[in-house]
Amino acid sequence: MSIASRLIMFSTLLVALLASIMPLPLSVDAFRPDWVLVVLFYWCLALPSRVNVISAWVMGFILDVLLGSTLGVHAGAMAISVYIVAGNFQKIRNFSVWQQALIVGVLSALYHLIVFWLQRFLTDAVFLPSYLYPVFTTIILWPWAFLLLRKIRRNFRIT
Amino acid sequence: MNPIFKHGPSPQHRLVLVLLCSAALIFFDHKMNSFEPARGFLQSLVSPLQYLATAPKQMMNWAAENIITRRQLLDDNQQYKINELVFHEQALQLDIVQRENNRLRALLASPLRGDARKMVAEILSVDSDPYTHQVVINRGANDGVYEGQAVIDDAGIVGQILHVGTTSSRVLLITDITHAVPARIRRNGLRLIASGGGVIDRLTHNYVPHSSDIRTGDLLVTSGLGNKFPEGYPVAKVMAVIQDESRAFSQIKSQPVAKIDRLRYVLLLWPEQSNLQGLNESKKLPANKAKIK
Repeated sequence: MSIASRLIMFSTLLVALLASIMPLPLSVDAFRPDWVLVVLFYWCLALPSRVNVISAWVMGFILDVLLGSTLGVHAGAMAISVYIVAGNFQKIRNFSVWQQALIVGVLSALYHLIVFWLQRFLTDAVFLPSYLYPVFTTIILWPWAFLLLRKIRRNFRIT
Repeated sequence: MNPIFKHGPSPQHRLVLVLLCSAALIFFDHKMNSFEPARGFLQSLVSPLQYLATAPKQMMNWAAENIITRRQLLDDNQQYKINELVFHEQALQLDIVQRENNRLRALLASPLRGDARKMVAEILSVDSDPYTHQVVINRGANDGVYEGQAVIDDAGIVGQILHVGTTSSRVLLITDITHAVPARIRRNGLRLIASGGGVIDRLTHNYVPHSSDIRTGDLLVTSGLGNKFPEGYPVAKVMAVIQDESRAFSQIKSQPVAKIDRLRYVLLLWPEQSNLQGLNESKKLPANKAKIK
């Protein structure tokens, strides 16, 4: 893998991080899709030998620092979700984009639930249905992110 | 290049490894608080990202401020002039009252109250994480910000500084589930604790006896007892008092007076006679008491 393609991969992840901390109005904020998770899923499906559980954990750790949550919470949840993708990438690759979107939705729900369970364990947080709103926007986001990232990958021949 | 034979540890081993890392981090960060020094460092490390992420919003604000009609500017100017006149008049009154208060305190042999140093800060980002209520501001250790410092807006208490980075720092809001402010009712001085409940417009008060004199609409101000927040700043307004005799304590809900969900500028307070960055010299300028840097 050349340095250029490595840089492009990092910059997509960086943009995802920026999108997940960009200030938004409070009403829209509850629907913010899981940008980092979507981008990680794509790279994990496309290049499972490059992006795997450890890179997911590192991204989750950066997210923990950016969001000010207890260190390790998002990192662990992200690692578990990406582990499931990394274990089944050959199956998921053969699905249509919409089927993939549903799988991404389920994994995004799992991610949010793990984060919630850890928070519940740590700070007695109470479950609100709004914690799962991002799942829907993530499902809608997946096809577009998939097409865009595939275009980027083919255009720059990242293998 | 897709290797036919995988090398390196298997995904299972990697998962176990990172989950152990996560568990260790959660334990040491949450239970032992051993990451407090590292947090400041990490905060400085990611602050470029935060400045970058907030750039589009800054640009929009800049555009909104620049694309404004002359008429609007004139109106605003007029309004500010009127406000200044009113505030100036109040400041004159305040000066007299303060002198009188100082004299009375001197008679009672109580310590005099000095002026607090203040600094305006701008909100860089608001956390999208629904479990924590925190904001990041554009002041850090370079400006003398310290951990536990009180943060207010134009209406009341906003929160306190949680982690200090070099150029940015993180504010824990009073509505966060882990935060509580010692307060008292302005009307009768009854002491309460205002705890956050994780909802942006609610504070709860536990362990208030049924017999206590508290009514809907009472204003809660800081009592200054925890030595974190200076005394007398508004915290919340009581919204509901539910006195259910089958419960041990009455249930009291209040709403923060600070506009926590639409913050843009906040004010950082330093304690009186601050030794951190020298004393202010505003003692000789009575009309200019609140020296804002």
